[in-house]
Amino acid sequence: MAQTDASLDTFPKYLLANAKRFGGRAAMRNKDLGIWQKWTWAELLEEIRDYSLGLEALGVKKDDKIAIVGQNRPRLYWTFCAAQAIGAVPVPVYADSVAEEMSYVLDHAGVVLAICQDQEQVDKVQSMADKLPSLKKIVYDEPRGLRDYDHENLHSIDEIQQRGKDIHAAEGDARWLKTIGQGKGDDLSVILYTSGTTGRPKGVMLTFDNLVSAAKSGCEFDHLDEHEETIAYLPLAWVGDHTFSYAQSYVAGFCVSCPESPETISEDRREIAPTYFFAPPRVFETLLTQIMVRMEDAGRTKKAMFGHFLAHARKVGERILNGEPVGAWDRLKYRIGDILVYGPLKNRLGMTKLRVGYTAGEAIGPEIFRFYRSLGLNLKQLYGQTEASVYVTAQPDGEIRADTVGRPSPGVEIKIADSGEVLYRSPGVFLGYYKDEEATRSTKTPDGWVHTGDAGFLDKEGHLKIIDRAKDVGKLNSGALFAPKYIENALKFFPNIKECVAFGDGRDYVAAFLNIDLTSVGNWAERNNISYASYQELANHPQVYEMMASHVDEVNRQLASEEMMAGAQVHRFLVLHKELDPDDGELTRTQKVRRSFIAERYAELIEALYDGSTEKFVSTEVTFEDGRKGKISATVKIADAKVHEVTAAGFKEAAE
Amino acid sequence: MNAPVDSKSLRAAEQFQLSAHQDDIAKGDVLLKVENVSLSFGGVKAISDISFDVRKGEIRAIIGPNGAGKTSMLNVINGFYHPQIGTITYRGQPRHAMRSTEAARQGISRTFQNIALFKGMSTLDNIMTGRITLQKRNVFWQALWHGPAMREDIEHRRAVEHIIDFLEIQAIRHTPVGRLPYGLQKRVELGRALAAEPALLLLDEPMAGMNLEEKEDMSRFILDVNDQFGTTIALIEHDMGVVMDISDRVVVLDYGRKIGDGTPDEVSKNQDVIDAYLGVPHDE
Repeated sequence: MAQTDASLDTFPKYLLANAKRFGGRAAMRNKDLGIWQKWTWAELLEEIRDYSLGLEALGVKKDDKIAIVGQNRPRLYWTFCAAQAIGAVPVPVYADSVAEEMSYVLDHAGVVLAICQDQEQVDKVQSMADKLPSLKKIVYDEPRGLRDYDHENLHSIDEIQQRGKDIHAAEGDARWLKTIGQGKGDDLSVILYTSGTTGRPKGVMLTFDNLVSAAKSGCEFDHLDEHEETIAYLPLAWVGDHTFSYAQSYVAGFCVSCPESPETISEDRREIAPTYFFAPPRVFETLLTQIMVRMEDAGRTKKAMFGHFLAHARKVGERILNGEPVGAWDRLKYRIGDILVYGPLKNRLGMTKLRVGYTAGEAIGPEIFRFYRSLGLNLKQLYGQTEASVYVTAQPDGEIRADTVGRPSPGVEIKIADSGEVLYRSPGVFLGYYKDEEATRSTKTPDGWVHTGDAGFLDKEGHLKIIDRAKDVGKLNSGALFAPKYIENALKFFPNIKECVAFGDGRDYVAAFLNIDLTSVGNWAERNNISYASYQELANHPQVYEMMASHVDEVNRQLASEEMMAGAQVHRFLVLHKELDPDDGELTRTQKVRRSFIAERYAELIEALYDGSTEKFVSTEVTFEDGRKGKISATVKIADAKVHEVTAAGFKEAAE
Repeated sequence: MNAPVDSKSLRAAEQFQLSAHQDDIAKGDVLLKVENVSLSFGGVKAISDISFDVRKGEIRAIIGPNGAGKTSMLNVINGFYHPQIGTITYRGQPRHAMRSTEAARQGISRTFQNIALFKGMSTLDNIMTGRITLQKRNVFWQALWHGPAMREDIEHRRAVEHIIDFLEIQAIRHTPVGRLPYGLQKRVELGRALAAEPALLLLDEPMAGMNLEEKEDMSRFILDVNDQFGTTIALIEHDMGVVMDISDRVVVLDYGRKIGDGTPDEVSKNQDVIDAYLGVPHDE
């Protein structure tokens, strides 16, 4: 297999090879009318060949761009390979993006053909057709509701496949095979538009070499082969899905299952029991919440059993998973727990057969991460980007920690710029942004290093730790790195602190605004017989300040243990006299802190943090829920926090 | 886990199509004719001297203020109430009265204003009950279960799965309907009515109590049923926007009398209708 692999440099070539080597194995499944239907690799080849020939007959030529608009349907996945086989370039777009954004992408990519999932997507594309001069035809998968549409430039995939089948019957497939043979690894494989939190989406051009090498090294890293089962449920336009559900499936030859509908995923996942699974943190969070809510309704015996064995799993589960030494009795008890609790739980989650699970995209809560690992699920974190064909770093088995994203993936080099920004170089690095030389130049250096836009550092064991967006990271006057979000997240980890804003860029030291969490601190006040009338009064209470000081101290201790962050300990803090509120413009509607706005609004308080005063009188205008305006004034106390010496590396393990 | 079926049978399954009850009435001809029908309960006249027709393949709306006799009219059509005077001609067969079971067997099925599902049964089972008039095997065979009854059951299940797919309710296939939100229950009820493969589908306020999005979904399903299966639909609805958008012809009742009949356009310009019901001119 090793020799044949070397000559395989495009996905259509992999399709031909897989039809030979895994001909009878399932390549794809789809739940239709309540029953799982499957295609073997040999059948998949036939389907894609007919489809591909049909597309060619429709007038698709080499280098034409084809948009794919829809969810995880088998035939939309086939479109990738069918287009690539004749040299066309697929451009998947987010099916739920607003019309304006979609029309920008379709226009920018210059698509000649749009493959739509159903009537809804056809309508959407048709509504913007007059703005898309290059678009010639629209193709749909699901015919419902489209019967009465004008079919002059509208075709069904069925019709295209039938046309391809007729061509195949008449001429054979020699010419088609020859076209595939002419495909090269450095050809453009796909254009993936990044959703782009700032500015217009950018089209990331990836070659076959990029994706094949990334997929291969990913498969080797986690020992993935043709026996894996996965379920495809993430957006097609996202590089993660493109790699996990398409590139790796073709390279390793494993089976991808498409759920019946977006609402049935959890049910479908239970039936498929994937061995390889990827999900953003929120999916794991939701699953955990669902379990906990259901357990609240369970009987007393079940609850007791659940609580007891889960506590045991927390104690030894992760150590067993990591292959560390664990006593015989604990092992036996874990085994019993597996039969009584962990096993049924994993079955409910659809993770009975899970070998490797990944989470990425944003930071996962350490508690959530540990919960899954303690059940014996090999959940890991990775750090990736569209520009890297996903993999930048990943956690190797046995070296899993909640606060890092792992070691550089095979073939990836990493360096940290002076500004703290993480740069990488790998065979998976993209060709450039489509029709955007300027953006390409500012992201990718001539010698192949890519700016991630994230700030981070490599810890002593060589694990990468991401601390913040690079543009938010500043410097203290001492030259030490100041990563506000990193400090804020560490503080917000305490349930008593609801919101936090750190300052320090261009200053002598770091200082912070805190918001207490009224539910949590209020609860504590009740238990300790502290009476209060309002948020403002509770926030200003001396004992609350003591509590906050202890939290800040804890965070400082944690920061001191990390060489890069030790200089950015919080020297002074205050508890704000009002809660930060989106109605006042202090937070975004998605509850993110609007740093610059707050800095302006509370300029006097910030000055007080740095001029050594111990209290400050402020008056702030607020907007009530009914739109009326009022003023809140208060004397805010400012407290000093204890700063720790930079501790030795030995402290690290104890820091958590 | 369901055993995977090979892809050949999938394609065979795709050939399967639900269709309306077959008969020899051409599209556009009269399917149902109501002539001079009057219905009273003791001294209360619910319907007096009403005549209208429903043509094959159309969406016919019956509108009117509260207490106008709309639901009574549907109950007369599907044989639940027996009118004292007048005749109903269905597929060219005049009848004075018939039992609702007979109406069901002749291809008339309906949904109810106040959902009438089996709350403890799953969505799937509820829709399966809609197939009952199409079951050919008798109780003996069904009790035996294996053999012909099993084969028949598989056929019915396939039809039901098509309906589930059509109405996009896969996610609630095994959920007891009592646990579903109202809008979804309405959809399940439509599914059960469709399962009988009706020639004439009577919908009693299909959008009552729904939010805008659910109404849009339901309108789309009604139009799709009409378009794909060729089912004739008679519906009662209060939401004027919906009625004007989806129906081909509208009959307007007020105090048990017919005061208007015609296309949505004509009806909305009819002065009697405006006075009785709409209140203001409809600008469409």
